[in-house]
Amino acid sequence: MGSLAFDVAHLLAGGLVLVSFMLLYQDRLYALLNIFALHAFVLALSVAWQALVQDAPHLYVTAVIALVFKAIAIPLVLHRIIQRLGIHREIEAVVGVGLTMIAGIGLVALSIVVMLRVTAEADPLAREDLALALSVVLLGLLMMVTRRNAVSQVVGFMSLENGLVLAATGAKGMPLVVEISVAFSILIAFIVIGIFLFRIRERFDTVDIQALDRFRGERR
Amino acid sequence: MSGLFGDAVAAVLLIPMAAACLLALLPGYRLSARLNVLAALLTFLAAVSLLFIDRPEPGRYLLVDDLNIVFIVLNTFVGFTTSVFSATYIAHELETGRLTPIYLRFYHAMYQVLMFGMNLALLANNIGLMWVAIELATLTTVLMVGIYRTHEALEAAWKYFILGSVGIALALFGTILVYMAALPVIGEGLEAMIWTVLIERVAAFDPALLNVAFVFLLLGYGTKVGLAPLHAWLPDAHAEGPTPISAVLSGLLLNVALYAVLRFKLLLAANPGAIAPGPLMVTMGLTSLVFAGFMLYRRRDIKRMFAYSSIEHMGIIAFAFGMGGPLANFAGLLHMTMHSLTKSAIFFAVGHIAQVKGTQKIAEIRGLTASHPWLGWSLVVGVVAIAGLPPMGIFMSEFLVVSSTFAREPLLAIPLVFGLLVAFGALMLRLSGLAFGEPTGSTAPVEASYLPMFTHLALVLAAGVYLPAPIVAWFQQVAAALG
Repeated sequence: MGSLAFDVAHLLAGGLVLVSFMLLYQDRLYALLNIFALHAFVLALSVAWQALVQDAPHLYVTAVIALVFKAIAIPLVLHRIIQRLGIHREIEAVVGVGLTMIAGIGLVALSIVVMLRVTAEADPLAREDLALALSVVLLGLLMMVTRRNAVSQVVGFMSLENGLVLAATGAKGMPLVVEISVAFSILIAFIVIGIFLFRIRERFDTVDIQALDRFRGERR
Repeated sequence: MSGLFGDAVAAVLLIPMAAACLLALLPGYRLSARLNVLAALLTFLAAVSLLFIDRPEPGRYLLVDDLNIVFIVLNTFVGFTTSVFSATYIAHELETGRLTPIYLRFYHAMYQVLMFGMNLALLANNIGLMWVAIELATLTTVLMVGIYRTHEALEAAWKYFILGSVGIALALFGTILVYMAALPVIGEGLEAMIWTVLIERVAAFDPALLNVAFVFLLLGYGTKVGLAPLHAWLPDAHAEGPTPISAVLSGLLLNVALYAVLRFKLLLAANPGAIAPGPLMVTMGLTSLVFAGFMLYRRRDIKRMFAYSSIEHMGIIAFAFGMGGPLANFAGLLHMTMHSLTKSAIFFAVGHIAQVKGTQKIAEIRGLTASHPWLGWSLVVGVVAIAGLPPMGIFMSEFLVVSSTFAREPLLAIPLVFGLLVAFGALMLRLSGLAFGEPTGSTAPVEASYLPMFTHLALVLAAGVYLPAPIVAWFQQVAAALG
């Protein structure tokens, strides 16, 4: 069990990093949402595996939440919003795809170097999980920085949150936080979808953040 | 006695929560506004009663000690006075049609949820619970900032949401790392997240992991404090939201985030192998101070200007706590208290001024002391205080920060004094235009609530002239506990 548990956990966490990379180069909103659903699905598998390995049944709850809300409900809702707003056109990225990918690779290398060095004494399973989780978090940040579209920024934020859930489940026996952080990520997603997008739509007829930038509070 | 104590702690948390539920259901803004004031007053009284009751053992989730009680009393006090100001402010917003009754209901409920979130963050003995509470407070303020639904308000709320969530995400990662560091020493489960357990056994933790954790926590919670490279959300959020929220953001929420940083700083300081957290905080503090000092010159919007002034002062406070030692910590605590009182008083004045003049542009507001003597002179006193002139309390705390720095690290005192002078110049320059000269705009009499403003300014003045011995002893005790 020992070696297999280790390898499968690695495979799933590594898969999550890979899907994060896939999110980076999507240039259509629908495709982006599909990949995000895949991201959440891999997360659910990974959390479920941790629940099995650590013999921590409460983690199954987290896995189910990830599967039902993040992999199914939220992509569906966002899909409908995009449809209703009629914005299923291309996403403008601030930086080119090539450059974004190179920056992403750099971030992954950075997080692995940093985390593996400082966690020399920790349990190897948790340790490498943590390094990969940090990669997912940083890639999510990168995505939020390189996108201007409000929907893709939210997707970037949710992928970042997935990385946090991965880290929290990797830390053995971490109390409370898994459930609460998942509840909060749902709350955030709903707030964003419900309030911001509709309000932005109402006021600007666009969800492009660049349009917001034109209305800077301060004219010089 | 401990039963009574438990009641007081519960009251500080449950009153805002119950009030939030009630306010969400009640129609009619007059009643809601009064109920809001009443709830805030009761919370404040409960918080004060904590001072006089013996403290029992810290629980698994909640804790009251020397450090957080200062924050709680200050938090609930400013929360109360702001609710008084909010009542008149909101009535005016309703008359001018900027807010509708349904939004007001939402506003009052959110105000109490915000108070609940902040009090919970301050009382939490569990680092996970603290994170959740700060996230709750952040989310409610995001909603409040966007409440006017103008272009600017939406942009501000969006920016605040994105930067705030990134900050809060980094802080969660830091929290997880602290748990990981505690795991081999304390073992699995809830124990490894309880702050009082952590601080007892932190010496045995892996220092490398703690270092990385602190960097994440400082960046994460530092975003919420508004420290320099991560401050971008702060001016927008202050300028575009309702003014009572600007006052609460500046005076309270920044403090709560700083409190979280201080808790983790204590953890690091207790571990012999970990890096010293002080220099990191000193660097970020000085950067914020000098940067905000220069940015003050370019401001055209009055609320934005005072938002930058908040960045400047949070920089000074972070600097003082980063320096450490009894004197600098004492100065930091005093400065934090004085800044909260003064800045919220300034926002009270600015809120009424912006309402009567119908603009927030500095260039369009002139001669306030002639057109509205009470408001104008309050603003003058407030700005004089915030700029650090004697005899106000901020002068004393800034003097203590500077003199303790000169005594220990004379080289660091140079950028500190430089930053203070730059900010002083900017504030005085703007103040002369705002307060004196030929009045412009509407000179209609204003229906203002002067009491909160005057109370704050009187307290700041009193603290500058004479600080009572019990308060000095209290702050010294806290400063010593901060190490």
